[in-house]
Amino acid sequence: MEAARGYFKSPWRALGYLILIIFAFLWLVPIFTGILTSLRTYDEILINGFISLPETITLENFKIAWERGGLNRYLPNSFIITLPSLVLTLFLSSLAAYALARFNFRANRMIFFTFVGGMLLPFQVLLLPVFKLTDYLGLYDTYWGLIMFHTAFQLGFCTFMLRNYMRTVPGEIIEAARIDGCSEIRIWAKIMLPLTLPAIAAVATLEFTWIFNDYLWAIVLLRSDSLKPVTAGLATLQGQFITDWPVIVAGALMGTLPTLLVFLFLQRYFIEGLTLGSSK
Amino acid sequence: MPRTKRDIIPYLFLIVPVIIYIVWVIAPMIYTFYLSLTNWDGLTTPEFIGFKNYIKLFDDKVFYISLTNNLKWLGAFITVPVILGLGLAMMLNTAIPGEKFFKMTFYMPMVLAMVVSGLIWGWMYHPKGGLVNTFLMSTGLVEKGPGWLSNRDIVLWSIIIVAIWRQVGYVMVLYLAGLKSINPQLLEAATVDGANGWQSFWRIILPLLTPVTVIVLVISVIDSLRAFDLVSVMTRGGPANASSVLANFMYIESFNNYKMGYGAAIAVILFMISLGFIILYLWRVMKDELEY
Repeated sequence: MEAARGYFKSPWRALGYLILIIFAFLWLVPIFTGILTSLRTYDEILINGFISLPETITLENFKIAWERGGLNRYLPNSFIITLPSLVLTLFLSSLAAYALARFNFRANRMIFFTFVGGMLLPFQVLLLPVFKLTDYLGLYDTYWGLIMFHTAFQLGFCTFMLRNYMRTVPGEIIEAARIDGCSEIRIWAKIMLPLTLPAIAAVATLEFTWIFNDYLWAIVLLRSDSLKPVTAGLATLQGQFITDWPVIVAGALMGTLPTLLVFLFLQRYFIEGLTLGSSK
Repeated sequence: MPRTKRDIIPYLFLIVPVIIYIVWVIAPMIYTFYLSLTNWDGLTTPEFIGFKNYIKLFDDKVFYISLTNNLKWLGAFITVPVILGLGLAMMLNTAIPGEKFFKMTFYMPMVLAMVVSGLIWGWMYHPKGGLVNTFLMSTGLVEKGPGWLSNRDIVLWSIIIVAIWRQVGYVMVLYLAGLKSINPQLLEAATVDGANGWQSFWRIILPLLTPVTVIVLVISVIDSLRAFDLVSVMTRGGPANASSVLANFMYIESFNNYKMGYGAAIAVILFMISLGFIILYLWRVMKDELEY
């Protein structure tokens, strides 16, 4: 409390704080709108107007979105696609990162910059060839087509982050292990990975939300409704319940719950992941 | 260990990830250039037609609308979220009551799927029952709120506002990390020398944040060129292409009109625009590398 009173000594600071509160309020409006809408019926909103006390509160919209809207399929699909992609991309990028961080060889810089450059590509550039590739490999309209693409594309970012982190691990530890006759793969598994765990946690948190929230690749590489993840499913739901906004919004809220929970519980890692690459 | 065996080890670690990366990212990128010179329709074998797609593209009204919209998006992105994000970071970098709550509030939009944000905002923009117009009408200032997503003159900006709502937290995170790395003694020294807060900001803090600003600008540009989800969910580029951006234009030409060669040409243009910024980013990373 003492600190708080000290903070507001200057009138400028008090004004700044007021502006901050207004901004925070504006930022939360969509969230509250979503929650309030999902608990009402559309007829009631239209009759009384949105800014009014709801006559009844109902969970019916969630039930409709879950069953008739298909979220009971879409949401599990999102996990079926996201989790293998996440594991694969972390595994492969931690291999690549170790080589790039700890060995001097001719192609090192070139490979590193290819990964970094690829991570910034506007991914629309890859859309048509990857669509063609999945078709050619028989992976079009399967989970694996999407999983393979996510795994490959996210390699750029993950390798970049993990490689930079692995460079900060003191070299003596690894040298000592080498002298003891430890094989490189054991050094990677038993020394490097445990020491890189904070970075892996940060990158994993971030990647989970990115892959989970992907929409473009899901609509391009999948056609069957039964395979769609929740993002693509929500677009279908929107077409199905065109005017029933409370159902659409209830579906949207349910669809975002997993990433929201990850963020609430792993916020620290999420933020670390975002800043890992930008400043050292 | 013999020299040759040690030389081979890094390649053993790299071989699988690099092959996967080449097959799914590098080769497709190059292949797009070839596809843009064909009349591929998604089914039959692509046939080489030279630069016809590009010639047609430069004559296509929708292409110019989309390009202009991307540039407007870019212009909004490198100003509004950057200024807001920096301002918020400056405030939240000090011990301020409720710091955690504020940070959480501004970070939140980042974790929501764009599809989700687009749907919720789409409902808020609803001409009759939506929150925005209900609020405007309840103040008595307007009799009938505008059609936020149906009026050609404002539809793009309505969508960009959603994108900004999402982007501010990201910029704020990056600046907060940058501010943490500034040596507080520098600012104390400036205060002792009689600099006020405003002067320290312009003369010391902002110049020291330049590396962060470069990253923020590059990310903002790339994100504005990648824009797709919000437009797709909120308007599909309409009404009458008024909110179309290159990515959506490309998607519609490729997957709705089956003009995939033409779509590839649009993708190549997108790539060309972003190339300069990718190189700028690589150059920054390279500079960090050399300081090692």
